[in-house]
Amino acid sequence: MASQLAIQRLKNLLSEKEELDNVVAAKIEKLTAELQRPDDHFDPVQRIVDGFINFRINKFEKYPDYYNELAKGQNPKFLVFACSDSRVSPSHILSFQPGEAFMVRNIANMVPAFNQLKYAGVGAVIEYAITVLGVTNILVIGHSHCGGIKRLMTHPEDNSVPFDFIDEWVKIGLPAKAKVIAKEGDADIEEQCEDCAREAVNLSLVNLQSYPYVQKALSDKNLALRGGYYDFIHGVLELWEVGSHISPPIIVPTP
Amino acid sequence: MLSFWHICSNCPGLTVKASRESLGITEQHKNKNNKLERVAETDDRSELFEDMKQRFLDFKKHKYMGNLEHYQNLAKGQAPKFMVISCADSRVCPSTILGFQPGEAFIVRNVANLVPPLESGPSETNAALEFSVNFLKIENILVVGHSCCGGIRALMGMDDEVDKSSFIQNWVVVGKDARSWTKAAASKLSFDQQCQHCEKESINRSLLNLLTYPWIEEKVKKGVLAVHGGYYDFVECTFEKWTLDYKEDNLKEKHGRISVKNHLFWC
Repeated sequence: MASQLAIQRLKNLLSEKEELDNVVAAKIEKLTAELQRPDDHFDPVQRIVDGFINFRINKFEKYPDYYNELAKGQNPKFLVFACSDSRVSPSHILSFQPGEAFMVRNIANMVPAFNQLKYAGVGAVIEYAITVLGVTNILVIGHSHCGGIKRLMTHPEDNSVPFDFIDEWVKIGLPAKAKVIAKEGDADIEEQCEDCAREAVNLSLVNLQSYPYVQKALSDKNLALRGGYYDFIHGVLELWEVGSHISPPIIVPTP
Repeated sequence: MLSFWHICSNCPGLTVKASRESLGITEQHKNKNNKLERVAETDDRSELFEDMKQRFLDFKKHKYMGNLEHYQNLAKGQAPKFMVISCADSRVCPSTILGFQPGEAFIVRNVANLVPPLESGPSETNAALEFSVNFLKIENILVVGHSCCGGIRALMGMDDEVDKSSFIQNWVVVGKDARSWTKAAASKLSFDQQCQHCEKESINRSLLNLLTYPWIEEKVKKGVLAVHGGYYDFVECTFEKWTLDYKEDNLKEKHGRISVKNHLFWC
């Protein structure tokens, strides 16, 4: 911990003190490099310590007013559903800062339909985000090579051993699987999985509308629903919005 | 009806257009060293949408393209060493406060960072646990709680009888043992102080609930999986961390206190 603090302070010194002469600057760089020599084995506690110190020095201490305000209360504009996958944190790919997004992460970023007995966890998030926090945007974001979607698409057809919890969870996406198989059942399984990931996002957007608080906020025009798909193989983001349209009435003439 | 908008790397025209139109979004705390330190202030939803596009393009330019080989390796598969369970609260993202980079942590976020026990049946939290422990073979589970938690406050404020029409109550009741302990041990303290005690106690209850899953307990017993608790106080900006010290006899009592080791406090 002490070495990480030292490294950080040295780096700050180098960037802040432009007038340091070349000799001193070179010495500081050499010291930093020595302190940074990688350990032979992974220390999880040290990893957490380093991460927190970095946050504290580079964010919390630099913007005290902002963090003081946040400590009094949060007022995020977004509710985000993203996958638990370690590669797709919305804080990275969409740079959500503290205070911006109330965020749920679960396997395959699924939103099940309203069900108070079975899905209290998801319901609690939606209820809290809309009725207490008043979020005005919901974003459901899927991604490429999703393990949960792959499980949905390949089991039980592959005769693999069932899982107690994973299978029960991913079967929320069965309507999306059925749609993909009907549309392109002969396609390569990888391609089917990528399409299913997008269809599952659309399914979640539909399921969101089964929650009464979502329906009310939508009809009051206080809420927008969007879907997203992050392809980390090609570095591409797709974003789309759910829109609804009520046409003007046609008047059926009396005979 | 869905309208489709595709942002891609081979649309340079789109990139240039997006950056020219600032769209009236206020940039707070603009820092030349950290282009990402920006919070959207506008309520106009189409502007928020534009802002999101710009953020993704910034990420792609400054992080993705700068570490292309690393991201290409990640695309083949993930091997995170951590599974983190944290609250959905917008102020406590583990990627931000603990600096987890892409590939490092499999993250579950729910209201009040609760882990339901095995007997409560399938849920999104235990599906994620099953995946991370049995498929990804993660070596550390970290449950992170935090100060001023709305979910814990709801737990402490509710009646003994759950209001069946409330999702929030139906979910936070998972933490009822932490609530009972807090009310017994901290009855003389103010409601706010009791909530803080409950925030920490519920982390410990969640750690105990983790061990109700036999495939987790077995790995902890063998020493190939470590279970840690963490508490982030965003008022003082401090972080407390402890590791479960597994002792088989601890778990025989229903309301057993957990034994911890390596209790650290960083401020």
